[in-house]
Amino acid sequence: MTEINLLLRDLAPQVLGALLRTAGDFEASEDAVQEALLAAALQWPVDGVPLHPKAWLITVADRRRIEIWRGDAARRRREAINSALPAGEPDPRSGIDDTLTLLMLCCHPSLTPLSQVALTLRAVGGLTTAEIASAFLVPESTIGQRISRAKQRIRASGARFRLPPATEFDERIAAVRQVLYLIFTEGSTASSGTALQRVELTDEAIRLTRQLQSLVPDDGEVAGLLALMVLTDARRPARTQADGALVPLALQDRGRWDAAAIAEGTALISATLATAVVGPFQLQAAIAALHDEASTAADTDWAQIHALYLLLERLTPGPMVTLNRIVAQSMVLGPQSALEELNGLSDSLSGHHRVHAVRAHLFELSGEAAAARSEYQRAARLTRSIPEQRYLESQASRLA
Amino acid sequence: MKYLILIFGNPRSRAIWEQFSDEQRSAGYAAYGALDESLRASGELIVSEALTDPAMAQRLPARVDLGPTDGPFAEAKEQLAGFFLVQCDSMQRAVEIAGRIPESEFGLVEVRPVMDLGDVDLQ
Repeated sequence: MTEINLLLRDLAPQVLGALLRTAGDFEASEDAVQEALLAAALQWPVDGVPLHPKAWLITVADRRRIEIWRGDAARRRREAINSALPAGEPDPRSGIDDTLTLLMLCCHPSLTPLSQVALTLRAVGGLTTAEIASAFLVPESTIGQRISRAKQRIRASGARFRLPPATEFDERIAAVRQVLYLIFTEGSTASSGTALQRVELTDEAIRLTRQLQSLVPDDGEVAGLLALMVLTDARRPARTQADGALVPLALQDRGRWDAAAIAEGTALISATLATAVVGPFQLQAAIAALHDEASTAADTDWAQIHALYLLLERLTPGPMVTLNRIVAQSMVLGPQSALEELNGLSDSLSGHHRVHAVRAHLFELSGEAAAARSEYQRAARLTRSIPEQRYLESQASRLA
Repeated sequence: MKYLILIFGNPRSRAIWEQFSDEQRSAGYAAYGALDESLRASGELIVSEALTDPAMAQRLPARVDLGPTDGPFAEAKEQLAGFFLVQCDSMQRAVEIAGRIPESEFGLVEVRPVMDLGDVDLQ
């Protein structure tokens, strides 16, 4: 990404915030900001970046908003609006508050998760509809319609451009964390061929979570989420082979992990765990840190990872957490007890490919190659991820 | 996540359709039109198409003999008649969408998750 693109993405929520504070019309303002960003992306590389880039964007966006508004005026019959343009660089402080307000508005509870994701990437992330569509491998019109529908829903819900009341704050920020996490996991896939652009979603999720963390530094779960993303992303260079094939954690070349990112994530999660009320993102980040700190797979502190999973399971019970806890348990107590517990698991997990993948792994550890092979094959048939299927199939044929 | 919603036809469903009055048939088209429109508006529709009659299909001849098959496919009773490719939040939502297709009443609609590059265990 060019420097101008990065600057535009940083300024996008601030410009939109400035418009919303004077005009309040989310639909028209958001469209106007998109057009101003596009204009800047075309003009600035040619004419140079203006002296006050934010003021430039606000001026262009506000003019465009008025044009949009005039076009709609007959239908909407609003009172005259204040069309005065801001003269200089506005107060940077308000830009920061605006970003948080905007994040909460885009993750409004009246929207579906997919719409929250699309709207957040556009209104806060400053991505174009085309960029979002290519990241999610869907046509531009699909994303365009999703965004305009989301904006209509926000209007219908009567939401205003201001921070929610203190009573709702925790719930709303939890929704923002969830959306940022969704963007990250969507991007956190094998970086092969067609998936190349999706890597950008990971970067975008980290960038936005970084912004959020600077706005609410005392929120332990936001810090935990940022640490989890940074620590997971640190392994990205080793997660895939040149041909796109998936490399499991135990076999990754740890020399290719990003040491600076690991140091950053580890410091962040250590400091957070020492001060904040513990939460699921912090626990997952602590687990990721333990993996990242082991210089070889054999050095992994599985006893501590197991203890953290037990805690996570108590905090957020769910089949996937239980499954991960069982894997950790097998590394501490051996495969036999883990296999027994796996067989006793509730029906909620039967038919999920990961159960079969774990069982295959445990059979293999106990030396039962034939049983392991058929479980790997079953897991490969049930997964919906192409890189994972490819990995599971190769595990099965390795045991043939 | 993406889901493919498959709409099948069989001789009985075709017979029912052919016996419909013009009004009944246009009600059927309207139901499809409304479904299409609402999925377009919600941003969940990726593409939807209706397929021509199976008689128009062309099957490629085998170059390697795999032994006896159930084919030729064109002789099977249940034939693919059309599809919706949607992107939505869950299988539950995809099934809800599929339930609005008129053929679902006769058990002729199926939802299949589409494979993608995601959902790899992050740990």
